[in-house]
Amino acid sequence: MRITMTVDGTSYTDDVEPRTLLVQHLRENLGKVGTVIGCDTSNCGACTVHLNGRSVKSCSVLAVQADGAEITTIEGLERDGQPHPVQQAFHENHALQCGFCTPGMIMQSIDLLGDTPDPSEEQVREGLEGNLCRCTGYQNIVKAVRAAAGELGAKR
Amino acid sequence: MTETVDRELGKARTRKEDARLISGRTRWTDNITLPGMLHMAILRSPVARAGIGKIDTDQARASSGVVAVFTGADLAAEQGSLPCAWPITEDQKSPNAPSIADTTVNFAGEAVAVVVARSAAEARDAVDLIDVDYEDLPVVLDLETAAGDEEVIYPELGTNCSANWVFDSAQAGSGGDVEDAIRDADVVVRRKFRQQRLIPAFMEPRSVLVDPTGPQTTMYSATQVPHILRLMLAMSLGVPEHKIRVIAPDVGGGFGGKLQVTPEEFLTFLIGRRLGKPVKYTETRTESLLAAHHGRDQIQRLTLAARGDGTITGLKVELLADMGACLRLVTPGVPILGAFMFNAIYKIPAYHFSCTNVFTNKVPTDAYRGAGRPEATFGIERMMDELAVEIGVDPLEIREKNWIKHEEFPYTTVSTLTYDSGNYEAATARATELFGYPELRAEQARRRENGDPVQLGIGVSTFTEMCGLAPSRVLGSLNYSAGGWEHAEVRMLPTGKVEVVTGSSPHGQGHDTAWSQIVADRLGVPFEDVEVLHGDTQISQRGMDTYGSRSLVVGGIALVKALDKVIEKARPIAAHLLEAAEDDLEFTAGSFGVRGTGAAGVTIADIALAVFAAHDLPDGAEPNLDSEASYDPENFSFPHGTHLCATEVDTETGAVRIRSYVCVDDIGKVVNPLIAEGQVHGGLAQGIAQALYEEAVHDEFGTLTTASLADYLVPSAMDLPRFTTDMTETPATSNPLGVKGVGEAGTIASTPAVVNAVLDAVRQFGVRDIEMPCTPQRVWQAIQGGSK
Amino acid sequence: MIPAPFDYAAPSTVEEAVTVLADAGEDAKVLGGGQSLMPVLRMRLAAPTTVVDLGRIPELRGIREEADALVIGAMTTHDEVCRAESVRAHAALLAEATHTVADPQIRHRGTFGGSLAHADPAGDLLAPALALDASMTIAGPAGRRTVPAAEFFVDFFTTALAENEVLVEVRVPKHTGWQAHYEKFNRVAQAWSTVAVGAALRMEGGAIAEAKVGLTNMDTVPVRARTVEAALIGRPVTAEAIREAARDAAAGANPGTDANADAAYRTQLARVLTARAVTAAART
Repeated sequence: MRITMTVDGTSYTDDVEPRTLLVQHLRENLGKVGTVIGCDTSNCGACTVHLNGRSVKSCSVLAVQADGAEITTIEGLERDGQPHPVQQAFHENHALQCGFCTPGMIMQSIDLLGDTPDPSEEQVREGLEGNLCRCTGYQNIVKAVRAAAGELGAKR
Repeated sequence: MTETVDRELGKARTRKEDARLISGRTRWTDNITLPGMLHMAILRSPVARAGIGKIDTDQARASSGVVAVFTGADLAAEQGSLPCAWPITEDQKSPNAPSIADTTVNFAGEAVAVVVARSAAEARDAVDLIDVDYEDLPVVLDLETAAGDEEVIYPELGTNCSANWVFDSAQAGSGGDVEDAIRDADVVVRRKFRQQRLIPAFMEPRSVLVDPTGPQTTMYSATQVPHILRLMLAMSLGVPEHKIRVIAPDVGGGFGGKLQVTPEEFLTFLIGRRLGKPVKYTETRTESLLAAHHGRDQIQRLTLAARGDGTITGLKVELLADMGACLRLVTPGVPILGAFMFNAIYKIPAYHFSCTNVFTNKVPTDAYRGAGRPEATFGIERMMDELAVEIGVDPLEIREKNWIKHEEFPYTTVSTLTYDSGNYEAATARATELFGYPELRAEQARRRENGDPVQLGIGVSTFTEMCGLAPSRVLGSLNYSAGGWEHAEVRMLPTGKVEVVTGSSPHGQGHDTAWSQIVADRLGVPFEDVEVLHGDTQISQRGMDTYGSRSLVVGGIALVKALDKVIEKARPIAAHLLEAAEDDLEFTAGSFGVRGTGAAGVTIADIALAVFAAHDLPDGAEPNLDSEASYDPENFSFPHGTHLCATEVDTETGAVRIRSYVCVDDIGKVVNPLIAEGQVHGGLAQGIAQALYEEAVHDEFGTLTTASLADYLVPSAMDLPRFTTDMTETPATSNPLGVKGVGEAGTIASTPAVVNAVLDAVRQFGVRDIEMPCTPQRVWQAIQGGSK
Repeated sequence: MIPAPFDYAAPSTVEEAVTVLADAGEDAKVLGGGQSLMPVLRMRLAAPTTVVDLGRIPELRGIREEADALVIGAMTTHDEVCRAESVRAHAALLAEATHTVADPQIRHRGTFGGSLAHADPAGDLLAPALALDASMTIAGPAGRRTVPAAEFFVDFFTTALAENEVLVEVRVPKHTGWQAHYEKFNRVAQAWSTVAVGAALRMEGGAIAEAKVGLTNMDTVPVRARTVEAALIGRPVTAEAIREAARDAAAGANPGTDANADAAYRTQLARVLTARAVTAAART
C-alpha cells in the first residue's frame, strides 16, 4: 500500500505491506533508528513517538494507519542544534543509564508536560506508567521531568 | 597531585555518553545494516522435553525470500557445545549443550530450526511453516523432585545432580564444627527459603550480526563480554582467534543477562560463515524472556545457632540450585559465589555450606545482578530477623551484637575472605537517623494497638558483598577457567588529547565519564580531552569485560597503573626539556616542574607534541608516551551498607506499599556520586522487584507462562517508591583509589529489607514466612493462616 | 515481531465496513484502536486474512449528548472519553474507569468500542457500561439493532457481535449528579485488573438513594452486584453500613483462578473493593 507521512519535518511516500508496524517503517524504511523496539506487547513504551501531536506506542500502530499523519520521533526534537529541554533535563539529572528506554521516556515525558505543565511527583510517575526502565529505578527520570517542567515554565 | 584530585575525583559530572543517547544517535546492534545482509529467525521448541522426530522444512524452504533452513542435523558436525567456564568440582556432570537441538529438546524455547531469509518478516513467516514431530518425554521441573532422580533427564549422566560443593570451616581451619555449635546452642533457628527464578529483562533485546565478508569474521553483539565471547567462539567452534573480531556496540543493559556466550551468537556465526553473507538475528521480547538465561532459583535450608543473648555460634547452609537444562558460561559457579557471603558482616565461629547443583527442563540459569550474593544475603538477613524475633530483641540490636566492629578490620571471616575495611556502625547510624527509626517503630506500635487495617512493618538489611571480581589466584582455586585481571591502554595524541582503551566493556554504567575523570585527575588534562574506547576487539585486544561490580575496582585501577606509566615515560623527557634532573621534578596538575622553584614547567601535552616531533628527545628515548597496564587485584573489595524499609501492608487485600526506603551504602571512595547514586537506585528497583513483583513461572508442562512483559512484572515508576540514599566513605585499602564497587549493592541489599518489612507487619498474625514475590494474594493468604 | 501477512481495508462508512466484513468472511478482524489486537497479531496468536480498519469512518468517532443519554461513538478514544466534560457530568463512573485503562499512550489510541467488543473480562470499561445500563448499537447486513449491555457480554472474549457486524455506538443513560468511583486492584500499574469495582451512587440528604455497582474480572463477563445495590438503598454513609452492604458483593459471580488470584481471594477483593468504591463515591 502506498502511504505518505511526515516524520520529523520530512515528507515520505512509500509502498509498505499492510502488516508493517509504524515502528518498523520508521526504523527500516526511513532510517529513524533512534526509535527502538523493546517488546511485543506494548508494555515497555520504548517505541513511543508522537502521532499528530499525541504520544503513541509505534509498535501498536500499523504504518498504514498512520497514512497522512505527522510523526515526531526522538530524532526530531532538537531545535537549532539545541536539545529539547526534556532531553537536556534527562542529561543533567542522570535520568538514563543504558539509554535504551530513553527515546520513549523522553517522548512520553514531553506529552505528559503538554497536558500537565507542572506535575507533582505522583503525576509524573502516573504519566510514565507505560514506559519501563530497567536501569534507573525511575527516581532520576521523575526528577528530570519535574526539572524540565520548571525550565519550560520559565520559558513561557 | 592534590589540586587535580580535588577537582576531578568525586565530582558529580554529567555523563559524556548521554548526548547520543538522548537524541537517538545510537548504535544498538539492531540498528546496524550491512550490504547484502540476511535475517535469521528461530523456531523454538514449544515443549520442555521431547525427542525430535521428523522436521519438515520443505514448505519453509520454498517460502518467498528464504535462502536457507537449518536444523540440528545440518549443523551437528560443527556446532560443538556451548561453553561452561566454571567446572566447580573435578567430577561435575555436564550434558552436551548444543546451540540448536539435534535429537532431543530439554527446555521450552530451545532452538529447533533456523530460517535465513531476505527480510526478518519472511524469515518469521517461514518459521511458521516448519513442522516438527515432538515425541514427548516426562518433564522434570520441580527442583527437589529433580534432585531425587525419580526421572533422570540425561540417562548418560545417571543423575540430575551436576555437582555437590562443600565448604566446612572446621575442615578449612577457619572456624569450628557447625554440628557442635548447633548441638550446644541455646537457640536454633531453622528455615527454608525459596529464591524464585528471575529473568534479567534488560531493555534491549539481544541482537547479533555476523559479517563474514572481511579478513576477520566480525560479530556485532549486544553482549557484556566481547572479549570472552571472542575467545569462546574460537575455542568452541575451532575458528582461529585471530580470524574473529567481536564488537559490542551500544548495549542496552545486561545485569548479568548478557554475560553469556549464547546459542544465538553461535548460530549466527556458523550460518553467516557458511552462507558467506552478513546475517542478523534480533530476538523478540518473548524469545528474550524464554531463551536468554534466567537467574536465582535456589532452595535454601538454613540453620542458625546462637547463645541465649543472641550471639551467633554457627551457621549451616544447604542449597539446592537449579541449573536449568544445561550449564552455560558460569552457571555452576553462581551459588558458589554465595558460599563466601552467607556469613556476611558477622562474626560466625562455625560455618558449613553445601550446595547441590541440579538439572531441570528449564532454560539454564546464570549470572543475574549480584549472582549468588543476593541469594546469600537474603538468606542470612532473613535469618537475622528471625533470630531477633526468637530472642526478643530489635533486629538492629541483634546485628550490632554480631557484626565485625570497625576497629577489628582487617578481619578474616569464617569463609576465609579478608575484609580490608568497613564501618557498619557509621552506615547504620546514618541510616537510622534518615529513616526516623524510633518514630516509625512508635507508629507501628500504635497501628498494632488500634488494629489498623493497614499495618506497618520495618525491615532491616545490613549487607556486604565481595566485589571487584576477582583475584586470578582465587578464581583458579575455585576452578574457574579464566583470570580476573583487567587491562587499560592510554594513547597520548600529539595535540595533548588522550584516548583510553579499557577492557571493561560497558552497557550503561557510564565508563566513558568515570574513566575520563580518572584520566583528568591523574594526568591533569581537561575532562573533555579524553575519549574512552571499548567493546571492539580490534581496538581493545585484552579485557575481561563488565560484571561483578568489577569495572572501577579492577579496570579503573588498571587505568591508573597505565596512567602512571605515561607519567613515568614522560618524566625523563620533561627533565631533558627543562634541563633539570629527573629527581628534582614534580608532576602537578598536568605539568612537570622543578620542585620548589614555582617556575613554569612543561605540560604533559607539551611533552606529547615533543614526543611526536621527536626532534629533541633524550638519547635512547622511545618517541611514544603510550602505555598499557594489566592489573590483577590482590583481594576482593567489600562494599557494605545498611538498608531500612518501611512497608504498609493492607491486611484486607494483602497489598504491600513501600512507605519509606532508606539506604546508606559505603562503597569507599566515590569517583562520580551522580553515577554511583544512579547505580544504587537501579539496583534497589531490581531487588524490590524480586521481593514483590517478579517471578518466572512455568506450568506443569514446563511452558514459561510469564513470557511477555504483560506477565513478567517489571515494575514501572508507579510501582516503586522514592528512595532516600546516602553514603558513608570507608576507603578500600586494597587498591590505590580506595574504591569498592557499586553495581550490585542495591539489588543485593534490598530484597531482604523489603521481605523483612512485610513479615514484620504481619508476624503478629502468626505468619512465619511468605514466599517471594510477596504478592497480595500470598500476603493475604498468609494472614488468613492459609500459608504458613 | 511482525504480524503474519494480511489484506487491509479502511472503509469510510459503517455500511461499507459491514460489506467488507461480509466479503472477507470469518477470517477477518476488525481493527479499532488496535491496542489489544496489535499485540495479538504481533505474537501471531491470530492471523486474520483481512484486517478491517474502522479508523477512517467519521461516524464512529465522538460523543454527542441527547436528552436522556450520552451517545459515544465506538471509535472514540479513551483519552477523548477522559477529557469529555459531558462524560464527567453524566457518566462519571465511565470517566473514572477510563482513566485507569492501561497507560497514556494506549489511551491515546485505544477506543471505547474496541474495549467493549474485545470483551476481556479484566477490561475496565465492561463493568461500568453494564452498571450504567448502557446499550450497544450494532450494524450488520440486515441494518442496525440495539443490544443492552447485559446481553452484549456473552462470555470470555465473546459478545453479541456477529462476525459481520460492527459496533457503532454506545448509548449511556445520563446519570447526572451521580457520584462515582472505580476502585481498581492490580499487581503493577500496567497489569490488568485482578478485580475492580465500579460504584455509582445517587445521594439524597446524605443517604444513598440509588446505587449501581459493577464488578470487573469476577466472572467470564462483567457482573452487576445487585445484592449490594439493593442493600445500599436508603443507607447512611457509614463505614459499618457500607461494609455490611458489601459483604455479599460476589454473590452470583463465578470468579476464576489465575496466576494472580484464586476464587476465594477474588471474592475477598470484591467485598473489600466494593466497600471502598462505595465509600469513595459517596465522598466525591
